[in-house]
Amino acid sequence: MTELSELESQLIAAVDAAGDEAALDDVRVSALGKKGTISERMKTLGKMDPEERKAAGQALNALKDKVADAIAIRSTSLKNAALEARLANEFDDVTLPVRPELKGSVHPVSQVWEEVVQIFGDMGFAVAEGPHIETDWYNFGALNIPEDHPARQEHDTFYFNPKEDGSRMVLRTHTSPVQIRTMEKSTPPIRIIAPGRTYRCDSDQTHTPMFHQVEGLVLDETTHLGHLKWCLEEFCKAFFEVDQVKMRFRASHFPFTEPSMEVDINYSVENGQVKIGTGNKWMEILGSGMVHPKVIAAGGLDPDKVQGFAFGMGIDRIAMLKYGIPDLRAFFEADLRWLRHYGFSALNVPTLPGGLS
Amino acid sequence: MKFTLKWLKEHLDTDASIEEICDGLVGVGLEVEGVEDQASALSAFTVCRVKEARQHPNADRLRVCDVETKDGLVQVVCGAPNARTGLVGIFAAPGTHVPGTGVDLEVGTIRGVESVGMLCSERELMISDSHDGIIDLQGDFEIGMSAAEALGLDDPVIDVAITPNRPDALGVHGIARDLSAKGLGKLKPVNVPAIKGSHASPINVELRFDKDSGDACSMFVGRHIKGVRNGPSPDWLQRRLLAIGLRPISALVDITNYITFGYGRPLHVFDANKVKGTIHARLAKDGETLEALDGKTYTLDDTMTVIADDNGPEGIAGIIGGEVSGCDENTTEVFIEAAYFDPVRTAATGRKLGIITDARYRFERGVDPAFVEPGAQLCTQMILDLCGGEPSELVIAGAAPLNERSFNLRKSRVKSLAGIDVSVERQVEILSDLGFKVSDKGDVLECAAPTWRPDVHGEADLVEEVARIVGLDNVKPAAMPRPHDVARPVLTPRQKRMLASRRTLASRGLNEAVTWSFLPEAHAALFGGGQPELKLANPISSELSDMRPSLLPNLVAAVGRNLDRGQTNIALFEVGQAYAGDKPEDETLRTAGVRRGQTGARHWAERPRSVDLYDAKADLMATLEAAGAPVQSVQVVQGGPDWFHPGRSGTVQLGPKNQLGWFGEVHPRVLREMDVKGPLVAFEMVIDNIPEPKQSTTARPALEAQDLLPVKRDFAFVAEAQVAADKFIRAAKGADKALITDVSVFDVFAGGNLGDGMRSIALEVTLQPKDKTLTDEAIDAVSKAVVAAVTKATGATLRGGG
Repeated sequence: MTELSELESQLIAAVDAAGDEAALDDVRVSALGKKGTISERMKTLGKMDPEERKAAGQALNALKDKVADAIAIRSTSLKNAALEARLANEFDDVTLPVRPELKGSVHPVSQVWEEVVQIFGDMGFAVAEGPHIETDWYNFGALNIPEDHPARQEHDTFYFNPKEDGSRMVLRTHTSPVQIRTMEKSTPPIRIIAPGRTYRCDSDQTHTPMFHQVEGLVLDETTHLGHLKWCLEEFCKAFFEVDQVKMRFRASHFPFTEPSMEVDINYSVENGQVKIGTGNKWMEILGSGMVHPKVIAAGGLDPDKVQGFAFGMGIDRIAMLKYGIPDLRAFFEADLRWLRHYGFSALNVPTLPGGLS
Repeated sequence: MKFTLKWLKEHLDTDASIEEICDGLVGVGLEVEGVEDQASALSAFTVCRVKEARQHPNADRLRVCDVETKDGLVQVVCGAPNARTGLVGIFAAPGTHVPGTGVDLEVGTIRGVESVGMLCSERELMISDSHDGIIDLQGDFEIGMSAAEALGLDDPVIDVAITPNRPDALGVHGIARDLSAKGLGKLKPVNVPAIKGSHASPINVELRFDKDSGDACSMFVGRHIKGVRNGPSPDWLQRRLLAIGLRPISALVDITNYITFGYGRPLHVFDANKVKGTIHARLAKDGETLEALDGKTYTLDDTMTVIADDNGPEGIAGIIGGEVSGCDENTTEVFIEAAYFDPVRTAATGRKLGIITDARYRFERGVDPAFVEPGAQLCTQMILDLCGGEPSELVIAGAAPLNERSFNLRKSRVKSLAGIDVSVERQVEILSDLGFKVSDKGDVLECAAPTWRPDVHGEADLVEEVARIVGLDNVKPAAMPRPHDVARPVLTPRQKRMLASRRTLASRGLNEAVTWSFLPEAHAALFGGGQPELKLANPISSELSDMRPSLLPNLVAAVGRNLDRGQTNIALFEVGQAYAGDKPEDETLRTAGVRRGQTGARHWAERPRSVDLYDAKADLMATLEAAGAPVQSVQVVQGGPDWFHPGRSGTVQLGPKNQLGWFGEVHPRVLREMDVKGPLVAFEMVIDNIPEPKQSTTARPALEAQDLLPVKRDFAFVAEAQVAADKFIRAAKGADKALITDVSVFDVFAGGNLGDGMRSIALEVTLQPKDKTLTDEAIDAVSKAVVAAVTKATGATLRGGG
């Protein structure tokens, strides 16, 4: 047994002395390898009588385990030491800038489109669409704007050249033609909004020849002006993200609604920024009214049975108000500086539970 | 439409304040655009009297005045030639801001004499350009009276926007009627004098139309007045016209303007001595000309109505009078014209000739057909009052269409349409105040519309009348019922595609732009557009003349503008419509993007590379996938539309008839003609060409994750360079569809010792064993199959690997 404890001391000393993984492996081979000292002694067990073999075997196995554990511990400590040594030489300047990535953006008009759809979608409005190049009928006639009506002059219409039959197409001056197209292919109850591009032959500080409107149309048997007010008030509160907004409903005139009203909301100017829902100034934001019986009839429905409201609102305009964007013309200039500044991140998808802005 | 408060009060008996009146106007739908109140600007100026004016001791041209003011006697040095003892003028005390000079007065010493205040000229008060002397008031004025009152400027001017349906509100009387219905006063009735006339008119009137054009002028009332004196109109009239922005001309002309604005009834006065024969209304002859009162000569056509005499046209009906027969200071005999002209024809004529006048504005909206003769009578009375003279009997031709209409208003309808509770009594009162003749017929009110309301056509209009007078602010909001407790999805697949496509591209680093739907003709032509039916007849400029055939040209132009602003690495996209024709189905919803420059800024760790067509292809494939296109089964074929580089462009399609999109380098010639520095890569996708998704369940198929590891093998082939890489990939994939799960190209090489026109393509083929580990023999067999399939499909030879 003395011999074994000597051997143990030798082997443990050799393990501790191993300076690297290779040396440690040499120790392992010399002790535990096929021809290692412990393995050689194992081979002698067969020649012993059972009693002797049992005792010697136990002792040898214990020694083997001890040495193996020592090697494992030494190995871990050598690995750690090697790692420490490597890490000591590894250093990157974390303050260096990362690789550049282009940062994309979504245009404010698109963002507001989605915001508007979120709000009206929750109220059960579908999103309807119609062509930009319209017939005179859909843009004017069906909307109770007969030819030579002074209201037509106020539309600053873009015309295409007359066809052989004398008719001429127009660029839609409002999203209201979608009212008619919707009535033609659906049956009440109808709740739609129709956001999209609209065109007027007008260009100055505050007008662009193309802009965006959102039309709203509700038709059933009972909807009245009170519902319109509620709908618009709820929309404005949700869109401008304020608890209260004061709205002023002024009688007005549109050929396609009767009664008609223009709607103002209250605002104040603080530090040069418009704040909706506070203050005592009024700003017009939309036109609306009860759909004119002639328009309902033009859409192929029975005005004695069907009634409801319609409204039209400028998407660019409410985007400017909400996000403090000063100049309408810049919306359509595709200036990267503007797009990056006023645009929205790709992942900033407006939702009602998550907030619209 | 402007008017003054005093003018309004001639039609409305009211004690309401200007604020109440303005709120009332807004409420009933007559939008107040502004109120101009000179009294407040002049509040510091008061009436004074020069008690004594004496020569300044040290200056020949100055006078020293002792002035009686509201603050007592003060000394003022004044240089005006008309400063004299006894003058009643306007005084400004020290501290007053003088608008005409822009300075605040101080006590001063002028040539050694103290001056405490100032005697003002009209220019200093900014009420006229006159600076001939100080204001010299004529009449009886109390010292200390406000200057505005003394000068007759204490009459606020109200400017209202009148919607096109309300011609009746284009006269002060009509506005007063609305306010009286609103409860802001009592409408004073119009006192139409019944002037008989002392002689037969020496000038007769006639309507000379055939049956088709009979409504062009349905009524003409005339009257001759002899012995008038035409000169400047009285101060009160001039002041009133000036206040609303009209230039006083002469008493006769000012009277017609006064009635135009007071009653919405335009009139014309001829100098009767310059008229030859019968005055008649007729259609103009093609090419006839008229020198109008605006000094311009107009060429007329046979759709226009003229007022003519034997000399030819003397006026364009309802729009403007002629120079030749107009009144001037020498006029002694006048002929009044009051007529009813067809609104549509008047509007068309005015538009064609480009003439905008107060008369046209009213006639084209529809003047009161019952007020033709009363208008002539009112005009006569004013002429007699202001110019004297002796009137003839009226001469009348035709009769105006009174257009009598009557509609039933269900008593419950105001509630059911406008959502507002108004008692039947109040409904009746409002409608009656507005001039409707209302009779109670049980469940309904029968309402006869007044002649001055051509806009009323049915029950809804009656509801509007009641609602606007009651005030829309009194309508209580009513919640709309929710169609579903939890909102259902509302977007169409097409709309969802648009959104997904947009957010995908933004997440890939592109900035979304919104560009015009129109573009210059030359740009349209470069991108396959420019069709005649897509040209605007009245473009806002030649830069915006045609509808865009594609989203790309405006994006390319935007790249150019951004380059000019110093941007270098540019990635823009747009989602919007392109137009192939003028029918709805010609309009397609598209997504397009352009990239130019480097993949990023210069960086310390790695060099950015130039963008190339594969960036555009990646954008297109990503947006196609986001939009739900079957990207696994699309074909990518070489070549694209003409505006792409012929060798560096491709088309993504589902068969040759359904192209989903294009990508590549924009053609260098296109860039040159658009003056944009390239190269520039682009793609365009037609959302509408993507097939509708199949109705699918929300459940996904089960995941088939294999426990065995995939095996990868590389192959390199050499083939003619024109053979598409896609052929290699497809052939390799097809060699063993069960086992091969992926094929990628990891190297492409041309030149070297390959020989001219040859190219090497290296593929990495992934084999996914399913049930058991692949043996070397099995792998060899698949490898041979790959080589056989690729060489057969492409004519390539194996270069090595395996």
